[in-house]
Amino acid sequence: MSALNSNNWDRRTVLRAAMGLAATGGLAACGGNTGRSEGGASGKSLTQYFHAYGEAGTQEAIKRYAKDFDGANVATQWITGDNFESKLFSSLLTKNAPDVFEFHPQLQLIRSGQVADLSDLVNPVKDDFNPADIKSHTIDGKIWGVRMIDDPQFFYYRKSMLEKAGVEVPQTLDELVEAAAKLTTDKVKGLFIGNDMVQTQYPLVWSSGADQLTADNQIAYHTDAVAETLSKYRTMFKAGHLLTGAPADSWDPSALIQGLCAIQWSGMWAMPALQKALGDDLGIFPYPVAADGAKPSVFNGGWSMFVNAKGKNVDLAKEYVKWLWIDQKEHQEDWALSYGFHVPPRQSIAETADKLKSGLPAEGVKFFNEYGRFENPSWTQAMITAFEELIADVVRKGVEPEKALDTADAKVNRELKKLFG
Amino acid sequence: MSTTTTRDATRPAPAKVSKTKPRRGVRGTTFNFWLFTGPFLIGLLIFVYIPILWSAWLSFYEARYTVTPDKFVGFDNYEYMLTNGDFVGSLGTFTVFAAIVVPITWALSLGLALMVHRLRFMKAFFRSVFFLPTAVSFVAASLIWKMSIFSGVRFGLMNTVLDWIGIENVAWLADPNPPWYWLVILTLRLWLQSGFYMILFLAALQNIPPSLYEAAAIDGAKPGWQTFWYITLPQLRATSTAVILLLLVAAYQAFDEFFNLLPKTTWGRPPLVELYHTALGQNQDYGAGSAGAMILTILICTVTLLQGRFMGLGRGDENK
Repeated sequence: MSALNSNNWDRRTVLRAAMGLAATGGLAACGGNTGRSEGGASGKSLTQYFHAYGEAGTQEAIKRYAKDFDGANVATQWITGDNFESKLFSSLLTKNAPDVFEFHPQLQLIRSGQVADLSDLVNPVKDDFNPADIKSHTIDGKIWGVRMIDDPQFFYYRKSMLEKAGVEVPQTLDELVEAAAKLTTDKVKGLFIGNDMVQTQYPLVWSSGADQLTADNQIAYHTDAVAETLSKYRTMFKAGHLLTGAPADSWDPSALIQGLCAIQWSGMWAMPALQKALGDDLGIFPYPVAADGAKPSVFNGGWSMFVNAKGKNVDLAKEYVKWLWIDQKEHQEDWALSYGFHVPPRQSIAETADKLKSGLPAEGVKFFNEYGRFENPSWTQAMITAFEELIADVVRKGVEPEKALDTADAKVNRELKKLFG
Repeated sequence: MSTTTTRDATRPAPAKVSKTKPRRGVRGTTFNFWLFTGPFLIGLLIFVYIPILWSAWLSFYEARYTVTPDKFVGFDNYEYMLTNGDFVGSLGTFTVFAAIVVPITWALSLGLALMVHRLRFMKAFFRSVFFLPTAVSFVAASLIWKMSIFSGVRFGLMNTVLDWIGIENVAWLADPNPPWYWLVILTLRLWLQSGFYMILFLAALQNIPPSLYEAAAIDGAKPGWQTFWYITLPQLRATSTAVILLLLVAAYQAFDEFFNLLPKTTWGRPPLVELYHTALGQNQDYGAGSAGAMILTILICTVTLLQGRFMGLGRGDENK
């Protein structure tokens, strides 16, 4: 430091300001291991992104399928943590972007030209797919993704606990609120809808007789019934009937297995683990009716394969997706049924899926068909985030539902305006 | 992620330029100057200034899902960031956070340093024990705090302790009323940071000449509070100033624990977390995110310049 003239106020000041900025520069230093391995026997390589499935053996299975592919050496990135979206979205802007990735059909991916048109892959076998899956992946007459698995989500409950508390299976939201109260003891919480309370964000709207968006892409969730449903959540939250801060979130079956809660929202994938741990002490029911004239609902989530349109070798990536998710039915069946349970979107596979033909799995499939509703591709990630913030504000923070709905409206409208003008 | 440095913390030795032997001349000095500062300046340019300029450019465009946009929108992004409440709120969150965490960490690390300094045996042991948490990553510590100590379920450590004295379970992180999450964040940061600043204070304490205390004793100053107030504290002024500045920088950079402890909330988001959610998270709005970043940049520059003016840190040794 002494080499610099200490009387030079200006230079020092400027340097100091520069240092202040440099102090924030540490943020720029986050590097990345891309998981990309240099070409295999054929010299060609692809990278695929998967979120970390919770069931044992899933990661090995995905890598095993990839190894069977002769056309290229496929490296798998198995992304743990709950920010798969963030990691995927930001990597898609870089040179290290995956060639192939799993995600949900969302309009902004298509509008921004990030995913490739897969119509020529899917069209030949279009009739074999669940029509709802084809519909949710078709935008502007083209099919943009190949559905791998359908995941209905509903409530699981411990029969013994409900019996002991003298509670019937809830048919309406009011009954669910009452059940949660009766089932809560000093050891057990009545209901688990996710540590952040957001896991039921779709069915709470549907069972309140509303929808995320109208057919012409206007806000449809802002109704009195939805506001009332959210205030009921608030009541349960403040009364301490909801499980919070559980070690594993509600997509994982351990809260119900460990007896932390009596009723838990989760997906079909958790069923094998739950049945193994709880045996017959297990039942399921759809999201109950929350408003007059509305129906019970089940969220048919799931995962689809997409091809990065800006990848280095789009044709090879498409070939891989076609090979694995269109042609290799054995792998598709293994993926849907051998780890967690998923409903196969291919009807030819669903027909022979004996594991889903009886008992509780059959009931799950029945809910899937009867009450299930699929994702709307126009309801994009930014809108999902806005709605999650709405739930956080109303249920956890105690903001007036009407006020919080207005805040969400502003964010969703900004998004809608960008997508639809 | 932390880029805090210890450079300014201990008092620099007075600079003395040798006047007797002129070295190789101006050319040699210039070459050496660039040799030593060059790599750093190149890094600064590539990783700090170019991104800032790129951000400045992005902030005037609608940049959704792209960092090479083509739709110019003027000051729309700035207007959005300043009016939608989230970003401005995050500046409030930061202010509250800094106002709490800086004085408490300062006091705690000074207290620890004073205690360790007075120890007659096992000094090295306690110094290490208090310093060790500094080596733990914020992410790892957040997970321990979230999942074992302040877990909301009945078998979380704090809830178990509360249970013994008959107090009901607390949802530490789930419920923002009352804002228990500040307790979680604060204790975490104290545990991780105090040891580091304690070392800085210890170094400064060891630099206070014992003769000062002897002279004070002869003049009748009582040991304890009086000596501390009139001798120790004034002697620590330079270190204290540096520690407070470093703490402010660290508080400003806080990201990891907020991100990990408070997912899917609308509260407890300091500016960096807010910008992450706007630009890099699920929204991928690089235009609005960059506008926010530029506003922050202007704020930091202003604060740094004002600070240089009023606190005089780094203005030159003659002011000390």
